[in-house]
Amino acid sequence: MSTLVISDLHADVLTEEGPKPILKGVNLTVNPGEIHAIMGPNGSGKSTLAYAIAGHPKYEITSGSVTLDGTELTELSVDERAKAGLYLAMQYPVEVPGVSVANFLRSAKTALDGEAPKIRTWVKDVEEALGRLSLDKSFSGRSVNEGFSGGEKKRHEIAQLELLNPKAAILDETDSGLDIDALKVVSEGVNRYASAGDKAVILITHYTRILRYIDPTFVHVFVDGHVVESGGRELADKLEAEGYEAYVKAAK
Amino acid sequence: MTNTQPNVAGAIERVESHLHPIPSWDLADHPQPTGREEIWRFTPKRKFKALFDETVTPGSLEWEGTFPDGVTVTEITAEQARGLSSEAPVDRVAALAADLAPNRTLIEIAPEAELAEPVTLVARGQGGEARDQYIVKVGAFAKATIIIRFEGVASYAEKAEFIVGDGANVNIVTLQDWDAGAVHGGQRSVLVGRDAHVKSVTASLGGDVVRIQENMRYAAPGGELESYGLYFVESGQHVQHRLFVDHNQPKTKSNVDYRGALQGKGAHSVWIGDVLIRKNAEGIDTYESNKNLLLTEGCQADSVPNLEIETGEIEGAGHSSTTGRFDDLQLFYLMSRGVPEREARRLIVQGFFVEIIRRFGVAEIEEQMTARVEREIEAIEGRA
Repeated sequence: MSTLVISDLHADVLTEEGPKPILKGVNLTVNPGEIHAIMGPNGSGKSTLAYAIAGHPKYEITSGSVTLDGTELTELSVDERAKAGLYLAMQYPVEVPGVSVANFLRSAKTALDGEAPKIRTWVKDVEEALGRLSLDKSFSGRSVNEGFSGGEKKRHEIAQLELLNPKAAILDETDSGLDIDALKVVSEGVNRYASAGDKAVILITHYTRILRYIDPTFVHVFVDGHVVESGGRELADKLEAEGYEAYVKAAK
Repeated sequence: MTNTQPNVAGAIERVESHLHPIPSWDLADHPQPTGREEIWRFTPKRKFKALFDETVTPGSLEWEGTFPDGVTVTEITAEQARGLSSEAPVDRVAALAADLAPNRTLIEIAPEAELAEPVTLVARGQGGEARDQYIVKVGAFAKATIIIRFEGVASYAEKAEFIVGDGANVNIVTLQDWDAGAVHGGQRSVLVGRDAHVKSVTASLGGDVVRIQENMRYAAPGGELESYGLYFVESGQHVQHRLFVDHNQPKTKSNVDYRGALQGKGAHSVWIGDVLIRKNAEGIDTYESNKNLLLTEGCQADSVPNLEIETGEIEGAGHSSTTGRFDDLQLFYLMSRGVPEREARRLIVQGFFVEIIRRFGVAEIEEQMTARVEREIEAIEGRA
């Protein structure tokens, strides 16, 4: 059971000029086994939604709630949210010089499981997870995201997703900047993860392209900080044909 | 005894730059500083008082050494030491160290010797004033690692020389691993021979004040220098590394990377990185970098890179200096995978240092420094 419930969520981005409201009442329930695609134009607040739920220091939740299997996430620290089962595949993965992928993931796994993974099988597990995303095993010894290409960073996010196997995952524009081959590799990784059948997945994207490879249960149009329309796959097809223009105009 | 050594210092042209004091063995050329001089403005003058004083009668540190085959150690006279040196003192502290040192030591590594073990020296302070002058001379094509560890307590100044012969490959490691209360000043000069490769590691880990002038230049074209530094500065400590890389020969290379972590009120680090590319130094390549991590409020890192270029006919020249608090985004990224905040901070600080530690090239020092970083991180946690 992994149900992610977002209720009337409001959040600000903290800028030098002061806080600026971005999320204006987001409501969304993701049941186990469902994949929800959130689509919207640039600047609609899609990424803010992802970051606010994960606890990014630049965003502040001002009201509303996010629960995962009944646990209120908004009151937890960033690592506690992860321990509660949340995972965020980031649009811009952060470089951490001098910290190797294997070392970092061992620390993560140890924290999530409450015990250290076995050294011998762990190295193999990491290398296999990387291999499934077409990343050479040498990546396990490299510094986290440092010197990775844009595509390698995204594949690394999904390799971690499979390895850490959280209850719920938010994928923030994982498809952007990927060529078609990398897009397929990444989509296959997401599908393998979701195939367990009990995961709650939010797929944030600007383009419909990735939906050719990942089948969404629902599609939501996100404009001006909240969901303006929900539907099935056919909504994505409509967006593909007509774009976001009508929604953006209506929001003004 | 007659000095038959060539006077290398005399062969080196005068530095026209305003940044660098004129080297001289004559104490009169190094008057008592007021503290306002560019080279002294950062230094805690009160703690350095004894090192400026010509009337003290210092001893020497207690030196203990392991010398593999191919290494000879000789006591030399002041006159011999001058003749062997590549550079005269550039400040009063170094000039006095040369004048007042009770002993002068020449350590020679035979040409073409490939040392099986490092030359290891432990210099221990027993409190009180100490001055030393020492010269390490590495013969052509020799391969050697020299490790000098300073420990204990002293008010100490040194005038040191590392003269590296043609084609030699040398690692020079100095560990300023003093106990609280120690004050350490002085000058180290490195002369890189033709096609020689010198890697220096300078780690300043303890003591009240450490201020070292590190000057590096080349005897002939083709020399390559890597200079790595690492320092931890805690409450009330002052650590100052003043580097001067003099690209006085064509086709030479230098890469400087110093990193420090500061914590606690009044922790103060200073890094001066001067690089001079002379008119004749065509085809050289240089990069210098200094990074400081401020772990708590109330500490100060001064970082001053200077690049003077007298020719544009070079491969590359660059510098960077960053001083910052913890990177919140790195912390967020690690924590978003479940890593607790303390562990995430530990990984990031470790990573910050590991990046240069793994370039040291001396396995035992890499291990020691990694363990040392661990201990320092635990100390931060104890404080937090």
